[in-house]
Amino acid sequence: MSVMEQDSAGAPARASLANDPVVRGYFFQFILVLGVVILGWFIVTNTLANLERQNIASGWGFLGNTAGFATSQSLVESSETSTYGWLLYVGFLNTLLVAAVGVILATIIGFIVGIARLSNNWVISKIAYCYVELVRNIPLLLQIFFWYFAVLRAVPGKREKWSFLFNSFHLNIAGLRGPKPIWGPGAEWIGIAFLVAIALCFFIARWARKRQEATGQQFPTFWTSFGLIIALPVLAYLVAGMPMHLEYPNFVETGPILLQGFELNVGFNLIPEFLALLLALSIYTASFIAEIVRAGIQAVSHGQTEASHALGLRNGHTLRLVVIPQAMRVIIPPLTSQYLNLTKNSSLAVAIAYPDLVSIGGTELNQTGQAIEIIAIWLAIYLSLSLITSAFMNWYNQRMALVER
Amino acid sequence: MTNSEVFHIRTEEAPSLAAPASTSGAIGWMRQNLFSSVGNTILTIIGILIAYSLFAPLIQFALIDAVWTGENRDACLPQEAGEHVGACWAYVKAYLPQFIYGRYPTEEIWRVNIVYFLFAALLIPLAIPKVPFKAINAILFLGVFPFVSLVLLTGGDFDIGFWGWGFVVVLALIGVVIAAVQMFAGGQDFAGVKPVLLAFVGTAVVIGAIFTLASIDFGLPVVETAVWGGLLMTLVIAVTGIVASLPLGIVLALGRRSQMPIVRLLSVIFIEFWRGVPLITVLFMSSVVLPLFLPEGVTFDKLLRVLIGVTLFSAAYMAEVVRGGLQAIPKGQYEGAMALGLRFWPMMYLIILPQALKLVIPGIVNTFIGLFKDTTLVLIVGMFDLLGQIQSSFSDPTWSTPTQGHTGYLFAAIVYWCFCFGMSRYSIFIENKLNTGHKR
Amino acid sequence: MSKKILPLVLGAALGVVATTAAGATTLEDVKAKGFIQCGVSQGLPGFSNPDSQGNWTGLDVDYCRAMAAAVFGDASAVKFTPLSAKERFTALQSGEVDVLSRNTTWTMSRDTQLGLNFAGVNYYDGQGFMVRKDLGVTSALELSGASVCTNTGTTTELNVADYFRANNMPYEIVAFEKADEVVGAYDAGRCDVYTTDASGLYAQRLKLANPGDHMVLPEIISKEPLGPVVRQGDDEWFNIAKWTLNAMINAEELGVTSENVDEMKSSDNPSVKRLLGVEGSFGEAIGIPNDWAYNIIKSVGNYSESFDANVGPDTPLGISRGVNALWNKGGFMYAPPVR
Repeated sequence: MSVMEQDSAGAPARASLANDPVVRGYFFQFILVLGVVILGWFIVTNTLANLERQNIASGWGFLGNTAGFATSQSLVESSETSTYGWLLYVGFLNTLLVAAVGVILATIIGFIVGIARLSNNWVISKIAYCYVELVRNIPLLLQIFFWYFAVLRAVPGKREKWSFLFNSFHLNIAGLRGPKPIWGPGAEWIGIAFLVAIALCFFIARWARKRQEATGQQFPTFWTSFGLIIALPVLAYLVAGMPMHLEYPNFVETGPILLQGFELNVGFNLIPEFLALLLALSIYTASFIAEIVRAGIQAVSHGQTEASHALGLRNGHTLRLVVIPQAMRVIIPPLTSQYLNLTKNSSLAVAIAYPDLVSIGGTELNQTGQAIEIIAIWLAIYLSLSLITSAFMNWYNQRMALVER
Repeated sequence: MTNSEVFHIRTEEAPSLAAPASTSGAIGWMRQNLFSSVGNTILTIIGILIAYSLFAPLIQFALIDAVWTGENRDACLPQEAGEHVGACWAYVKAYLPQFIYGRYPTEEIWRVNIVYFLFAALLIPLAIPKVPFKAINAILFLGVFPFVSLVLLTGGDFDIGFWGWGFVVVLALIGVVIAAVQMFAGGQDFAGVKPVLLAFVGTAVVIGAIFTLASIDFGLPVVETAVWGGLLMTLVIAVTGIVASLPLGIVLALGRRSQMPIVRLLSVIFIEFWRGVPLITVLFMSSVVLPLFLPEGVTFDKLLRVLIGVTLFSAAYMAEVVRGGLQAIPKGQYEGAMALGLRFWPMMYLIILPQALKLVIPGIVNTFIGLFKDTTLVLIVGMFDLLGQIQSSFSDPTWSTPTQGHTGYLFAAIVYWCFCFGMSRYSIFIENKLNTGHKR
Repeated sequence: MSKKILPLVLGAALGVVATTAAGATTLEDVKAKGFIQCGVSQGLPGFSNPDSQGNWTGLDVDYCRAMAAAVFGDASAVKFTPLSAKERFTALQSGEVDVLSRNTTWTMSRDTQLGLNFAGVNYYDGQGFMVRKDLGVTSALELSGASVCTNTGTTTELNVADYFRANNMPYEIVAFEKADEVVGAYDAGRCDVYTTDASGLYAQRLKLANPGDHMVLPEIISKEPLGPVVRQGDDEWFNIAKWTLNAMINAEELGVTSENVDEMKSSDNPSVKRLLGVEGSFGEAIGIPNDWAYNIIKSVGNYSESFDANVGPDTPLGISRGVNALWNKGGFMYAPPVR
């Protein structure tokens, strides 16, 4: 459509299309799309040409090939004969493991430190302040190295151990060992009982809330749920004929020197790389969470506390029913992004040989040379984790948004 | 004694007594803040114990048992220097030049020193709010300084090549073409298209001038980036990353708030992509995959590739920071600007951005802190930043002692902490300063 | 409006994209820029290691210098790019480096699937094990139950898996990204065993706190022929790479050293004459000066000089010639003749 036609159609003579915001908008977007397409085309053709010229294999077929290397930690069955694809899955599970445990640990430490920051006790609040300022101003990678290389030298060697908790847990340079539950036939009933208990708790909570709204009577929901979650699985365990026993780590003190120390694959073992990464990640992230928690609690104005006291609520109720729900609204969004940061930061595992997604992927990249495919897998997994988190955030924000009347 | 003299009429105010000793002074403070209840007392004692158990060994290691002088490992070996040997500061002293300059040739170190000096001389007045000439200072720091340091550090004498000049020419051509189209098809006069022409051709001329400058041979010996390292590398990556990501971040933030759906969509995709992936995968991508994206024979310096990755990565974070600033500007400012008849870009650079960017200075500083800490990751792709340089010095047999690693890491921690803590204080200072304007 | 602008912009953009000239040959590129860009390791004593002034030394480094001497007659016309194991092939493929001399094992898949050509073998290596002396282990077959530290993404990781599986020994593998980290973890006692190429073990042992407390076990569990690599598809450059190495080995065999090379020019031995460019025009045939080998030997030395200066018995590494001796002295080093 040219300007001439526009003019002859009877539009105002000087209202040039170039000044029409809508047309300008279309024009710029068109140019932008064109630019992106040209860039994409440029990259794709170059890559294809380069791959062909350099004789590099491409495609996803390599995922089915035998990898030939093993990992030091695996949550599922894997060996040197596993395929590249399976080992990537192992790495993904390891990433999830360290991220999940790290999130829990970081949340606990972070809440404790955040509340300690607001303590009336000068010593406690200063210690919390020092913790936050010290930890969050030192690079995470340096902290990982510190935990791995500096602390590692301080624990006993492979043929010695520190035991604690009634001699059931042991720490040495090869990791933290403890009893491992071995599930027998019928053990699935314990899991089912656990799920049933959780479902029951959920219904009890709903019923108790309805009853309180209707009659004003309260019900000890927390203790009932707590009892249920403990009692039902224990009951199932007894009824099913105790289908579980603990496998204790075996500390060998005689025989060939290399076989001394803890026997491989007996009992439950957390490798030192996992421990170092976990500690570094949760301590680092906790310093940010502490600040978020502090800001969240401070964001609830003091008038709220005073008003709830005036209504006759006791301190515990004030905190639980008035302050925390309002503080959580401020805390949750930045908290989620800290969880996401922790998950992304777990990729620093590559520096200390913890076999996570990036570490195993890196090894495969090197062996197969298929850099594009491996990096695409990394990006896809981390992006989906982050998109899932964002989706949850949006859902939560909508749910918790202030309903103004 | 029964007369009226028992009545006492006070004619002056009673002297105000000091508060009871138990509520004032050091004791009062302690009672209130440390021992107000049994629980509090226990907490205080536990706290003091924790603090003692953490700091006492640290001080013992870093100061009391430390070795301050020595020529080689013998000074810090327990067998030679006594039972308890703490930090081996003699080793740090011996390696200090390498930690600061990397493996930069000794006779060329003056060039790095000039860059360090210029950096401080331009940044400090820029950071202090009271110092005048902010605009000139900012242009010098953001515009001139990077290229002066580029020439100084590398030695200049670049071969811009076909691609570089081609880019400049195409940029200028695009401007001319758009202007021509607007004049002939859009029916505008020359004054109307002048801004567009100026923007494109001006940018092309500036880039061309920079290229010309960079391709001049100043007679400085070329120093490859492979020998850069230590603090120099850390600062180059962090400062370049932040300076280059600022304009990109502004454009992305504007794009994300744009009315045009495709622009908005592309900005959102770009921002969320880079924010969703770990920096380490970005670094692997730039060191391993980026070369595959380029035509045969075109290669980038490894440092430049890393810089591109870091810049794109931090631009996404910068965009979100700037977006926060844009959202904080009241709608009335936009409407006022539009009512004055300003178009989009004049409205942005005359009205909105000056206000928004001032608001987000703390956010930018915080992004910089994050980036500064994240530069340590480049050691994983085999570059020697401060931490990498320290780590690589551990392999030197002349200084290898049991405490060498601890000393090195402690030194790294101190340096990083000083930088980051200083910057975070500065960010809080600016935040408080900005806040006053908004207080009612 | 957009109709008119599209072809213009597209044309301009295409003009740039389309003129991606097919690159000149590596030799032309190298001659044009005046130096060879050589990929080396990030620090492996004896093979390629920067000293505190940033000067590179080592066997692999000497090879690069020799190539520069062959092409330019000037052994200093070379620049070094330290590369990690992960980056090395990409760096070569993309043209970032002209030759990769980074103790790289010649394997079939690397030779055929990665678009690379190995120019020969400058060090016959094999994978070995290092342990603490106080463990009392004397053979690799006693390593059952050991935890093993190694580098990721190298052939060593695969070999060690094969070896332990073949001998039915349980083990735990801890694989690090960088050699420095492996050494740190091994030194800290995280592992009982450190495995990599035997030459690497000797080199890395120097970095340990007490090198004397560690020993290298006699078993060699793999073939690791290490050699320089160039891009596939540029035979001219490939020839220069091959014959640079061959010249160094031939020079040793013919007794030509950096000290006597000037006298040897007037030698009666036709092989020496051909090698030093007195007879024939072998250099010109591959695009470089005729006195190419003379320049190599004069400025870098023959193979044994390079070996002795960097890794030999008189160096801290203290590696004996062993299988790296000449073929007529019981080793594998054998170069085709210059004729």
